[in-house]
Amino acid sequence: MQIDVDIHPGTPDVAALFPYLPEHWRDMSVMRGITDLHSANYPDMTPLAARPDWRPPKGRPGTSASLIASQCLEPFGTNVGILNPLFPVQTFYADDLAQAFASALNDWTRAEFLDRDVRFRGSIVVSLENVEMAVEEIDRCAADTRFVQVLVLAGTARLLGRRTYWPIYEACVRHGLSLGIHAGQDFRNAPTALGWPSYYLEDYVAHAQSFQYQLTSLFCEGVFNRYPTLKVVMLESGWTWVPALLWRIAKYWGGLRFEVPWTDRSPEEVVRDQLRFSLTPIDGPDTDQLRRVIDHIGSDQVILFSTDYPHNQFDGIDVFPTAFDATLRKIISDDAPRAAYPRLGSLT
Amino acid sequence: MNTPTGIWDGDIHPYLRSATDLDPWLPKQWIEHQRNYGSLRQTPLVNGSAYHKSQPNAGRRDAYPPEGGVQGSSVSFLREQLLDAHNIGWGILNPLVASQGVRNLDHSAALCRAINHWQAEIWVDAEPRLRASIVVPYEDPETSAAEIRHWAGDNRFAQVLLLSRTSFLPGNRRYWPIYEAAAEANIPVGIHAFGNSGWPVSSSGWSSFYMEEMIGHAQTSQAGLTSLVIEGVFERWPTLKLVLVESGFTWAPSLMGRLDKHWKTLKSEVPHLKLSPSEYIRRNVWWTSQPMDEPENRRYLADIFNWLGWDRIMFSSDYPHWDFDDPSRVIMFPATHEQKHAFFTGNAQAVYGSR
Repeated sequence: MQIDVDIHPGTPDVAALFPYLPEHWRDMSVMRGITDLHSANYPDMTPLAARPDWRPPKGRPGTSASLIASQCLEPFGTNVGILNPLFPVQTFYADDLAQAFASALNDWTRAEFLDRDVRFRGSIVVSLENVEMAVEEIDRCAADTRFVQVLVLAGTARLLGRRTYWPIYEACVRHGLSLGIHAGQDFRNAPTALGWPSYYLEDYVAHAQSFQYQLTSLFCEGVFNRYPTLKVVMLESGWTWVPALLWRIAKYWGGLRFEVPWTDRSPEEVVRDQLRFSLTPIDGPDTDQLRRVIDHIGSDQVILFSTDYPHNQFDGIDVFPTAFDATLRKIISDDAPRAAYPRLGSLT
Repeated sequence: MNTPTGIWDGDIHPYLRSATDLDPWLPKQWIEHQRNYGSLRQTPLVNGSAYHKSQPNAGRRDAYPPEGGVQGSSVSFLREQLLDAHNIGWGILNPLVASQGVRNLDHSAALCRAINHWQAEIWVDAEPRLRASIVVPYEDPETSAAEIRHWAGDNRFAQVLLLSRTSFLPGNRRYWPIYEAAAEANIPVGIHAFGNSGWPVSSSGWSSFYMEEMIGHAQTSQAGLTSLVIEGVFERWPTLKLVLVESGFTWAPSLMGRLDKHWKTLKSEVPHLKLSPSEYIRRNVWWTSQPMDEPENRRYLADIFNWLGWDRIMFSSDYPHWDFDDPSRVIMFPATHEQKHAFFTGNAQAVYGSR
C-alpha cells in the first residue's frame, strides 16, 4: 500500500465552481468580473508550479480525476491519494464570500474527484476569516468519510496556536480528521517577519519559516496538550528544518516554561506523538545527511509519502532520497500515513 | 573541560549606568528631546520590550555590579565576572541601548554617534580586551555609511552593528550604502538578533509569549540571510564579511539546502546570482554560537558543526543576559583540539583580523 498525502487538483477557473455556488454568488462573480483566483503563492507559469511533463499545452495542470490518476497515481504505484486544493479561497476578506467559495471548492472536489475515482481522498478547505463558519463547514463535509483532513495554509492572520482557532481543532478531533497545514499564505501578513521580499524564490523559501512559527505557536499555546489525539500534518513544508527548531524550542522551554505551564511534554516528544511532515520537497543534497536528519528528528514515523503533484520538485518517479532504505520507504509510504490519518486506518 | 587560552567572545552587552551617561556626547537639543519624548521606536512601550523578559533587563540575577546599576553597566565588574573568570582574551561590545531603529532619524543618528563615543571612551579605553561595534542608524543608510567612514580607521571598533529586525529585509537596496561602506573599509558587519521592524514578529502575526519571540529570532534571521543572498549583496561585495550574532546556527545547513534546491528550479528569476546560494553563504557568512541549541543527544550538534564547517562558528557568551553560555560548558560533545581552537579563537582572528 502506498498513500500520497499531497496531490494538488487544479481548479481551472471560477466558472468551474459555478455548479456548486449558490445563485447569488454566481451572479456576483459574473457581475463583478471574478473570473479566476490566481494565487501569488503559485504563479502558474513559474518553473516550480508544474513539472514540464505534467504541464498541459493550455490551462492548469491536474484538472481532472483521470489525468491525475494517469500522471500521479499509476506511475508511482500509489493506491490512495489525498487531494489538497490550492485554489486560493482563503484570500477573500468577507466572511460570507469566503465561506461560499470554500464550500463550493469542497463540493467540487467531491463531485469531480472523489465520486469519479475511489482512490482519492479529500481535504476540507476552510477560510479562517470566521471560525464559526469554518466549524460549520467541517461539520457539513465530515459526514462524508472520504474527507480525511481539514486544510489551512501556513501563513495566517493570527498564529494557529491562538485559542481563536481551537473550535476548529475540537471539530477535527470530534470527527477523526487530521489538521493539514499547507505551504502558502492567506496574505493577512507579509510573507516574512521583515516584510515583503523582492523575489518569488524568497517567498517560496520563506514558507519553511512560516511552518516554524506555527509549530512553535501550536506547542507554546498548548494545542497538543488540550487535544492529545489531534494529528497535525505539515504539507510541502520541508522537514530538514525540524531538528534545529525542536532543539531551539527545547532550549527556551528549559528557561521559559513558566510562561507555558500547560506544556507537559518536550517538543521532541510532541513531534513524535502528533506532528507529521510530507516528504516533498526534499530540501537538501541527496547525501547521507538526509538520513541523518531523520536520526536528529528522533523518529522514523513522522515523514509521509508525497509527490506534491504537479509542482516541480523532482524528475521521473524517484521521490525518495538515495539514503532511505526499503524499511524506511515502507514506513513513509504506508504505515506512517495511516497513523497520521485516523480515517485511513482501516484501509486494506 | 579545559579551553584554549585567550577566548574570543563575539557578543558582550554593555549597558548605561544612568540615563545621563550619553549626555557628554549629545547636543543639548537631543538631551531635551530624549527627556521629553524618549526614544520612540516601532513598538508599543517607550522603555523595554512589549514581550517582557524573563528577568529584569533580561540579565543574570548574579550580574548586578556591587557598586550599583543594572547588569552589564560596570567595566570593572564585567572585567571580573566575565573576562577574568572565563579567560576571555578579547570580546566585542554589542550595545542594545535604544538608538538604532529610533523613528526620528536625526535622533537615531545622534544617539548612535554618542553610543559610539561612549563605547570607545568608557569601555575600550578602560579595558583593552574589549572592542566596540560601530552602531549606525540603519533606517537612514546614507547617514549610516557616513558613521562607518567616521570610525573605520579607529581600531577600537571591530565591526558594524545592525539589528536583525530592520524595517525592510536587509538585502533590500535601500541598505546597500551600509554594505558598500563596510566593504570599502574592510570591516565586518554583525547582525544581532532583536530590534523592532514594525512588522509582526512572525509571518502569521504577533505571538503570545516571550518564549516564541526568542525562538522566532532564528526564523527572522533565516529570512534576513535569504534576502542578503538572493538580492545579490555578496555578488556585489564579494569580500564583505557578515556575522550573524545570537541568531542560532543549527538552522543554517537546512536553509542552505532549501535555498540551493529551489534556486536550481527558479534561477531564471535571479540571473544576477553567479554562484549557488550556499556558495555565497560559505564564503561570506559566519555565526556566533550563543544560544547553543540543546538536542536530547548533544552529539547531534557535532553534525551541524561538520556540515556547516568548523571554520564558520565563533564562541559568544551573551554576557550579562540570562541565557549566557559558559565557554567551559558549551561544547558538550567530542571535538578535537584544532576544532575547539577554531571555535574559541581562530575563526574570530580570521574574520576580525588586525582589529
